[in-house]
Amino acid sequence: MITVEEMFSGMKKIADEEGYKFNPNKDELDDILQGLWDNEHRYGYPSCPCRIASGVLADDMDIICPCNYRDADIAEYGSCLCTLYVNDEWIAARKPHGVVPERRPQEYYVKGYPGIKEQKGAGGGEMVEVYRCQVCGYLCAREEAPDLCPICRAKKERFEKFEMK
Amino acid sequence: MKKRIKPKLYTLSTCVHCRATKRFLKENGIEYDYVDVDKLNGKEKEDILSEMMKISPDLRFPTIIIGDNVIIGFHEDKIREALGL
Repeated sequence: MITVEEMFSGMKKIADEEGYKFNPNKDELDDILQGLWDNEHRYGYPSCPCRIASGVLADDMDIICPCNYRDADIAEYGSCLCTLYVNDEWIAARKPHGVVPERRPQEYYVKGYPGIKEQKGAGGGEMVEVYRCQVCGYLCAREEAPDLCPICRAKKERFEKFEMK
Repeated sequence: MKKRIKPKLYTLSTCVHCRATKRFLKENGIEYDYVDVDKLNGKEKEDILSEMMKISPDLRFPTIIIGDNVIIGFHEDKIREALGL
């Protein structure tokens, strides 16, 4: 059985490569990682420790860590909802951090995460924008280009909207 | 001594903010009731979630009830105010 430390070293490797930072408070970080580990072992996937999971993989797909809401929450509030991932401003702030509101639509808690056909983009009806990294050609369909390209680490400014004919 | 209202908490056993809230109440000598919703199953879990959704529509944890106040998330200032700490 994987230990918390092994789980974290795998996460850290990816985070370092992609330019994400973890909560620098050791007690909080340990608490969050323990929560993720608990979820991994009871559900079979590391769903967000601060959200109630249904226990059905397909329904919880968007709240598996790193969740679909991480990047938007870091951009707006400096951390993701559980505060596992944070940015430099969050680390530097002296005053206590506010509570990150829930970005996941309420209906997902009732009906589960919608299947691929019901989603924007990726084979769904309505398309979100597709962004292309001008440096390496990486493509992603999402609301905004990522801060860093996960492949070549080019910055957000190097992304362009990609028109699919 | 003035009798304080006993807070009721909806929490998750895995949640760092829920743990911080419980710790804060303990440190201030406040007794509280809580339910770790993730430890429930089946109908019990469904019932608690629909009860919770009425006061905390986004199912945010912790949701803290202190008398007529509903505090969503670990807002230390709001908890202090509601409890007169």
